[in-house]
This record gives sequence, C-alpha cells and structure tokens, in this order.
Amino acid sequence: MNIESLMWLIPAFPLAAFFLIILFTNRSNFISHTLALLGAGLSWLASMYIFIQAVRAGDLAKLPFGSSLAWLPTGSTTLKIGVQVDPLTAITLFFVAWTVLMIFIYSVPYHNYGAPKGEEDRPGLPPQGATVRERTHGKKSGAGRSLHVVPSVEPLYARFFALISLFAFAMFTLVLSDNLLILYVGWEIMGFCSYMLIGFWYGKPSARDAMVKAFMTTRLGDVFMLLGVVALYSVTGSMNYSAIFQHTQALAASSGILGLSWAGLIAILLFIGVIGKSAQFPLHVWLPDAMEGPTPVSAMIHAATMVSAGIYLGLRFFPLATMGWAPGQAQTIPMTTMAIIGTFTALFSATMALAQNDIKRVLAYSTISQLGFMVAALGVGAYVAAAFHLVTHAFFKALLFLSSGSVIHGVEHGVLHTGDHDVDAQNMFNMGGLRTKMPVTFWTFLIGGLSLAGFPLITSGFWSKDNILADAFNGGHYVVFGVLAVTAFLTAFYTMRQITLTFLGEARTRSAEHASENSWVMLFPLVVLAVFAVSLGWVGIPADFPVLGGLVPNWFGTYVGTMVSGVELPAGHSPTPLLTSLVVSLGGLYLGWRVYRDVRVGQPDPVQKAIPSVYKLLKNKYYIDEFYNLAFVRPAKWFAETVSYKWIDRGLIDGFLHFIARGAWVVGTVLRVGFDVPVVNGTGDAVSAGTRGLGGIMRRWQIGRIQQYMILTILAVVVVGGIYYAFVFFVP
Amino acid sequence: MIPLAWYLVFSIALFCIGLFGVLSRKNAVVILMGIELMLNAVNINLIAFWRYFFAGSSQQEPTRALAFVAIVFVAAAAEAAVGLALIISAYRRRETVVAEDMNLLKG
Repeated sequence: MNIESLMWLIPAFPLAAFFLIILFTNRSNFISHTLALLGAGLSWLASMYIFIQAVRAGDLAKLPFGSSLAWLPTGSTTLKIGVQVDPLTAITLFFVAWTVLMIFIYSVPYHNYGAPKGEEDRPGLPPQGATVRERTHGKKSGAGRSLHVVPSVEPLYARFFALISLFAFAMFTLVLSDNLLILYVGWEIMGFCSYMLIGFWYGKPSARDAMVKAFMTTRLGDVFMLLGVVALYSVTGSMNYSAIFQHTQALAASSGILGLSWAGLIAILLFIGVIGKSAQFPLHVWLPDAMEGPTPVSAMIHAATMVSAGIYLGLRFFPLATMGWAPGQAQTIPMTTMAIIGTFTALFSATMALAQNDIKRVLAYSTISQLGFMVAALGVGAYVAAAFHLVTHAFFKALLFLSSGSVIHGVEHGVLHTGDHDVDAQNMFNMGGLRTKMPVTFWTFLIGGLSLAGFPLITSGFWSKDNILADAFNGGHYVVFGVLAVTAFLTAFYTMRQITLTFLGEARTRSAEHASENSWVMLFPLVVLAVFAVSLGWVGIPADFPVLGGLVPNWFGTYVGTMVSGVELPAGHSPTPLLTSLVVSLGGLYLGWRVYRDVRVGQPDPVQKAIPSVYKLLKNKYYIDEFYNLAFVRPAKWFAETVSYKWIDRGLIDGFLHFIARGAWVVGTVLRVGFDVPVVNGTGDAVSAGTRGLGGIMRRWQIGRIQQYMILTILAVVVVGGIYYAFVFFVP
Repeated sequence: MIPLAWYLVFSIALFCIGLFGVLSRKNAVVILMGIELMLNAVNINLIAFWRYFFAGSSQQEPTRALAFVAIVFVAAAAEAAVGLALIISAYRRRETVVAEDMNLLKG
C-alpha cells in the first residue's frame, strides 16, 4: 500500500471502531474493546510505518508526503482537504500513536474487564464494587467460603471505548490534516469527546459541572480561533499550511486592528484557541476539574494528548507568529504575548500544584505548568525545544497519569477490601509506603516523576527542559529564563512531594496497607511508556553539551529544525543554563524528599505549618474559581435570570406580546360593539326580520281558496289587458 | 245565415257561465264542469271563425282548425279524467268534495 492512502486510513480505523461499537456491538464488552483496540492498533501500525518512511525521506520539510482532494468549490477557488506528513507531523504522529494505543490497552483492566457486575452499580456512576463468595480467599477465616468485595466492571464499558475511539480519530485527523479547517474539525470533535469523557460519570454533580466548565472554557478559546481561521482564509484564500505562508505580502499588510499586521492578528486569535485547549492562564481552570473523568484515562487524554493539540497548533502557526522576525531581533507582538502567558502560566500553576492533595490534580497542574514551558518556548522562538518538550512531556505525563491511575486503582482495591469507604483513594495523604505493595507502579511512576522534575542526564524531561532554558538564556530573555528556572525548581519539589507521600515511608491508612499491584495488562503500558520517558531524551542532546554532546548526534534538533530553517536560534556556549537546570532539579527533589519524608497519619502538610497563609492561597488556587464565579458565572446567571428572563423575556417580549394582545382586544371590542353588532349583525337581523315580517304579512294573503286566487287573476288580467288595450288603441 | 257575432256572443255567454261556475261554486265537481264549459266556449269560437273565414278556401288546409278543436277536446277529456280522479282520491281521504276544505297546504 502506498503511503498516501495509508495516511488517509490512519484516522479511519478508530472512526470505524467508534461507529461499529455505537451502532452494533455496544452490548458486548468483549467485542467492543476488541474493536477499539484493533482500530487503535492498526492506526499505530500505519503511523509507525509512516514515521519510519518520514524519517528516511530526505528534505521532508520542503517536500512533505501529502495527498489532497477538492472538497468545496467556492466560486473561483476550490477548497481542498488533504493529509500531509512533514517532520512535525511525523513526531506528533509518533507520540500520539504510542500514547493512544497505551491508553486503549490500559483502559481494559482499568475498567475492570471480566469482573462481576456490581449490585449497586448504575450507569453514569463509578462502579461501587461487587460482593462475591470466593472460595480461595477464606483461608484465614477457615470457613472455606467468605463474602468478599471485589471491584466491579464499569456499567458503561462499551460506551467508554466508543468515545475514546472517536477521540483517537479526532486526534489523528488533527495531526494529519494539511489545512487549518480540518484541523479545526478535529479540534472540535476532541472538544466534544472531552466533554463526554469528563462527564462520563454523569451521575455525579461535580462531573456534570466539570464537563460544562471544560466545554464552555475551551469554546471560549475556540470562538477566537475560528475568527482567526476565517481571517486567514479571507486574507490568503487558502487553508493549506504550505499555501498560507506563500502569501507573505498579504499577511504582512496592516489589519487596522491594534496596529497589528494580519499575520500578527491571526496569530493572536489562533493563540487564544491554544490558550483554551492547552489550558493556559486565564483559561486554565477547566483542566484540574477535568480530573472528574474516569481516573486516569480521561485525565490522561485531557492532560497528555488533547492539550498537546494546542501546542501542535502553536507550532503550526509558528511561521505566522514570527513573521518578519529573526533570531536576535526584538520579538513580534504574538511572540511576546506567548512568552508572557506561557511563563506566567508555568510559574502560576506550579505554585498551585504545591498545595494539592489529590494525586491527579497535582499532575493536572503540572501539566498546565509544562504546557506553559512550551508556550513560553514558542514565545522566545525556540521552535525545536518546544516540539521536543511536547514529545517528551506527552510520554512522561502519560506515564505519570497512567501510574497514578494504577495507584488509585490499587488503593481502591484496598478500600473495597477493608470496607473503609470514607477513605479518599485519590488523596496522597491516605497513601504512603506503596513502594513495596506496588513495585512496578512505583518504579514507573518514579521514572515519570524524575523525568518531569528534569533529573539530570538520564531522563528525557531533563534534555527537553534544558533545551528550553538554554534557548531562553541564549536568546537574552533573562526574565523568561529566571521564571522558568524557578518553576523547574517548584516542579521538582512537588514531584518529589508526590512520590514521597505516595510511595515512601509507612502506609497511613489500612486501605493503603491492603493496596495491591495491578494486573500485567495494566502495567504493560506503564513499562512501555517508561522506556520512552527515559530514552527519548537521548535523541535530542544538544551538540554543544559538555562531554555527551559529541557522542550522540542531535537527531531531533536536525530533523525538526528543517521545519524552521532560516530562523534557527544561535547555539549558546554559556554553562549557566546547564548549571541552573542541575541545581533546580536536584535541589527541588532533595528538598521535596526532605520536607515530606516523615509525614505521619493525621499530620497537616509541612508547608501548611510553615507558611499557612500562602498555603491557604495556593490550596484555594488563588481563588480564581471563586473570582470567575463572582465575575462571570454569577453575573451570567444574574443576567440570564434577571435581565434575559425577567426583563427581556418576561418584561419586554412577553410585555410587548401582552400589549399587542390587549390592544388587539380593545380594537376588537370597539369593532364588535361599534361595527359588527350594529352594522353587520343589524343588517343580517334586519334582512331576516324583514323577510319574516313580510312573510307574516303576505301569508295572510295566502288564504288557500283557489277560486279567490282565480278572481284575482282574472281581475289582474282584465286590468292589465285593459291598460294594454287602452295604450294600443287609444293612445295616439 | 246567422251572423258570426251571434256565435261569438253565444260563446262569450257560455264562457262566462263556465267562469261563474268555476268562481262561485264550492263543489269541486261543479268547478270541473265549469272548466269544461269554458273549454267548449273556446271550441265554439274556433269553429265559428273557421266556418266564416276559412271553410272552402283552397289556399288554406280546410281541416286545420278542426284538428285544433279535436286537440282541445282531447285536452278537456284528459283534464276531466285526471281532475275527477283527483277529486275522488281527495274525497276518499277527506270525505269531502268542497274546494275550501282542501286546505292542507295552508300554513
């Protein structure tokens, strides 16, 4: 099969799986998850084949693989849709295919495939566990049989696989598209899937709120993004990536809005879409709440895969944002915007992650923070570094989320076993000592965590983060560099806090004591992702790195760098960024371990003891949700209830209707009393009364005597005849 | 030869007697008889005019007026037959032949 048709087929497999599951096989869990895995597996296979071909192809950035077909003839032009693989697509396809396949595999044991149905389970609520009589478990009691609570299968198992298949379809579509319109289509389908998956357990009010919040927040960004897409089409007459950037003159013209060029304006509009999708400040609020979805699969979708789409878009319109810019010059306005928002978001959400106790929420905030790194990297023009961090982050964050899901699953098992249902299986303070209970999960989580913290030399996170820091430093953006360094320190700190609280020390609850390692089906994806989380960094070691730099070629930099040939950043020779990375990473890790290593049962967070007011501020996420609630949600509700409903709808529209109705009633009454009754009815009545009266008079003449009629007839004949006679004969 | 006027006077007299009978008598049979008289008065008129103006004329068909009279006779006979049948039928139902009592249609 040639590569062009294969590119079209990649998104088709999960889409087919989605429709088959939804339409036909949703009653069978086995067929449903087999179809979903088959779809994801075939897509993965095709993606890997294309990736290998893409790596071997020469000068792919100039001559990407692609095929397109005419879709909509619009007047004199034709809107084409098509698929395209260039170096950026290739690397994105690589991590998307891997992570998607791993999520699919992981979902099977996560939703307790093969477990009995729970008695209390309802669709739309998480499974509550099933009571079974189990022969083998009753050794201690000696009875041979005992009642035993085990995890139960997810009630909406098939629906979940249908939705993540649709999600995979959308992500592949977005990545493979060669134009902004199809990218936008994939983007919105993902938004919909995200909505459905966050609210997968729609029986929980918190999940319902979270789903609406996520949808509304990302929609807000999408509206601006759509404006950008439309503006781009009207300026260049094309949606195709390669065609767009040939219209440099039209794009460089002034748009007349805020003194921006068209390129700048469109870049900023598209960037607002990125802010929504990649959860940057101020639209970051949806991502932590998205953790209401099934732990951690949707969390991982929202945090490792979907949000990558935002950065991917940022990379795609990088030439637009940097139009007219060359390394060493002052940044363009969109770049400055990105640098400011990215840097601020990185630091801002890293601080919030410090005070979260929910294992998934920490990861959610760290995701926002890492996405901030990437956006900031784009802002300082570090295209390659941003792409590199995107790839490594996707792997190690996927690993962290899946590991945390494994932890939660293990602890939930303990909760079911002990029957302590008030123990929150996601709270890290209820864990501890899981190192020995769940060794594989511990090691994979440790690898992911160290990668996130940027543990020097061996982890991929170190290399990608170091790239960003170095590029920021060498480009002379010392503020960005400084803030990101502090963020990196905080990242290492809260990651170690998480690892220490979860895995090290002693178990703080009985549930944690009884936690057990999960099945190998669940651990297999963790191991695969852990391998990538470590090894992926070695393909992007900068050439000028001391000692190691010359040993391994910087394949990633060279390969992806062809996308932006002409605006490569200058290679730096200062040891400052390297030393900074080392210090913040190791220092943060050590401090995190130091502070949290002996937290006992019931003890508050040591940071809370040290700086209670700051801790409270962080714990409440800077009161941003409260602020939004006060500033937007409540005014919106007030507006809807008071202005829209009471004033406009009830008052104005209904009032107007009532006014019209009343007026019509008055006019009607006047007409009835003044015209209808006297004139129309009067005439009718008069006619009928007259007829009746006349009839009454005339019926008296109808005496019924034939002879009298005849007399009258004869009289009439005589009279008429006489008159006639007189006229004929006597009138001259 | 008796002048035409005499015939006409006779005819008028006969017609008026018939008309008087029709208008004045209550008995439906007598009314019918009056009508017969009036018809016959007309016949006399027809015959008289024929005899004085057309009899022996070669230009006109000599029997046309006679045929007309015969048709009047037929009409009179038919009228008498239907009228008498109606009167008998009404008598069977109402036990009367007085025209004034036959007032079922009067509102």
